[in-house]
Amino acid sequence: MRQGWITRAGIGAAAALSLAIGASPAPAQAAEKGPIKIGVISEQSAIVGQSISHGAELAADYINAHGGVDGRKIKILLYDDHSSAADAVRAFQRAAEQDHVKAVVTTFISEIALALEPWSARLHIPTITPGAASNLITKQIHDNYARYKYMFEGWFPATILAQAVCDSSHDLFAKDLHMKTAAIMSEDADWTKPLDEGYVKCLPKAGLKVVDEVAFNPDTTDFTPIFNKIEAKHPDVIITGIAHVGVQPTVQWHDQQVPIPFGGISAQATNLTFWKDTNGAANGVITQTGTVPGLAITPLTIPVGEEFVKKYGHFPAFVGFTAYDAVQALAGAMGRAHSTNPDAVVTQMEKTDMVGTLGQYAFHGRKSKYTHSLRYGPKWVPTVFMQWQNGKQVCVWPASKCHNKMIFPPFIKTTKTAAK
Amino acid sequence: MLALQILIDGFAISALYGLGAIGFTLMFGVCGVLNLAHGGIMVIAGIIGWWAAANYGAGPYGGAAIGVLAGLVAAYVTYFAIIRPVQRSRAIPKEEEEIFVLTATLLWGIMLQVGLDYLFSNNPVTMRSMIPGVISLAGVRTPRNEILIAVVCWVVIGLLTLLVNRTRLGKQLLAASINPRALTLLGFELSRIYMVVWTIYGLLAGLAGVLLASFIGVSSANAGALTASAFTIVILGGLGSVPGSLIAAYVVGYAETITAYLIAPTLRPIPALLILVVVLYLRPQGLLGRR
Repeated sequence: MRQGWITRAGIGAAAALSLAIGASPAPAQAAEKGPIKIGVISEQSAIVGQSISHGAELAADYINAHGGVDGRKIKILLYDDHSSAADAVRAFQRAAEQDHVKAVVTTFISEIALALEPWSARLHIPTITPGAASNLITKQIHDNYARYKYMFEGWFPATILAQAVCDSSHDLFAKDLHMKTAAIMSEDADWTKPLDEGYVKCLPKAGLKVVDEVAFNPDTTDFTPIFNKIEAKHPDVIITGIAHVGVQPTVQWHDQQVPIPFGGISAQATNLTFWKDTNGAANGVITQTGTVPGLAITPLTIPVGEEFVKKYGHFPAFVGFTAYDAVQALAGAMGRAHSTNPDAVVTQMEKTDMVGTLGQYAFHGRKSKYTHSLRYGPKWVPTVFMQWQNGKQVCVWPASKCHNKMIFPPFIKTTKTAAK
Repeated sequence: MLALQILIDGFAISALYGLGAIGFTLMFGVCGVLNLAHGGIMVIAGIIGWWAAANYGAGPYGGAAIGVLAGLVAAYVTYFAIIRPVQRSRAIPKEEEEIFVLTATLLWGIMLQVGLDYLFSNNPVTMRSMIPGVISLAGVRTPRNEILIAVVCWVVIGLLTLLVNRTRLGKQLLAASINPRALTLLGFELSRIYMVVWTIYGLLAGLAGVLLASFIGVSSANAGALTASAFTIVILGGLGSVPGSLIAAYVVGYAETITAYLIAPTLRPIPALLILVVVLYLRPQGLLGRR
């Protein structure tokens, strides 16, 4: 069954992956026996957290089915952080000191990644976050490389995400729909501070004047006053920055028929269960994501997505793919280093240049201000913007990859609609 | 316009708070049980209602009915598996029974939350609106569902008031809350009255959970906050006082709504807690409390 999957993945990608993992036996690792343990610390009861665990497990399955790393299997150990930094730190300590993991893949929550960063430094455990986007994660690595070099950000820092949103907003809203104004609506979290700063700087350059900025507590359940405040400023589009919340603002936006489209980043909307969770209220929501079902960014994208559906019953959130790539990158680094020595693994991780599920997977170097974060761009990992259309995630940007038009529910008034 | 918006939104959310809290306070008033699993029971109703509607085509009304039923079942399980064994235990001194019940319901509430996490994840879910669409009330765009929720809450609160004040059963409930020993001496069976209260409580908590799920959504992570919210309202209104709880629900609901609209949505929970501190300082028994 798995062989069929590899065939579909394409010979080129499989070859690249084999090179990345490394195939020759290693004298340095001869002394080490048994499986290589990789800890996965995430919130196991959250859909997004589950996607991280599932992505890591799928990658380990693939690697093990192809001989492992220098003949050693990868063993994934799961830890539940209950979305709590304190629990995550305890899990990290247990993983490192008791279970002797050689690397950790963890969290989409920046606050937790930031809490674990000093521990990866103290305990010398190569650690990669597949979804946290705080700029501070990479800033600490850049400013104090010798100490924090064990940390990697397997996703984009918030400033880069903001730029991606502005790039897409220029084409989707300013150019296609002739919109002129935007309101920023973000949850109050570490990752949204640089994101909002980025939005404020780049949205006007993209042709959208910022008329309002709303930062709300992630515990907010009633969004009526927020929508009311935003509507009073008459923006053409709401640019979001939300990940801790998603279902409630979306359902209330739909039920209250707020006549302004949603763009930006709504991380929960990247999960395929979002449609059912919102009873279809997601219809028309646009968000940045890694990929959508059926979109082949690399030869691995579709087969890995299909494997997710086959094993876990649903298409993953974007972190499922980035967690998959993170484990592949770690295994590749260990294979090339012929060792699980943390310094050797870090050195090899920095040389990572492999075909990932979402693009060419490589990290920014030491001199970049985004040290150890994922490289963004058409040559590296691009980003796509999807829209929920009648129960399906449909790719709407960039035009080079996506050929679908945006469709909005009847209560939304776009500038074009208003002109009619 | 803004004042009208605050008036409408505050009225709906306060009605829902009131519905959620009156079962909680009735339970304490008649049975002496402070049920700290209250939020968990509301969340069960909301999630099961959503689950039935989303996965089995029960529709918004069928889902709501199943959700209310789930709330009732959860209340019965709480009573038979958690409360009654504590109340009947010979190892627990009678004077310490209340604190044991309090602890037992607290632990049960945590178990419910973790169980819901495991079965349904902690992602929020929302039930489909029973009446979709919006209408304009003097220029304020208001979801029809929000109006329905406020109406349902007040109809149910009105029916409960009639039951308590105008029926023989209601008088038994009142008597049990004032002097349960005398009621027993008159030949009434307290366990039967307690069952009635748990049934009413289960239906009210279930309905509140379902309406909440169709209004702003529910998640297992909300269980603690919902218990805290009901607790704040009944302490403010006076433990065991149904009218006090309703007044407190509106005080809290409007304080939150005004803060969210006029100051910042992030500060929404603060004024209710400040009011609670002031009331506890000046009038420890709450607005209309007697014990």
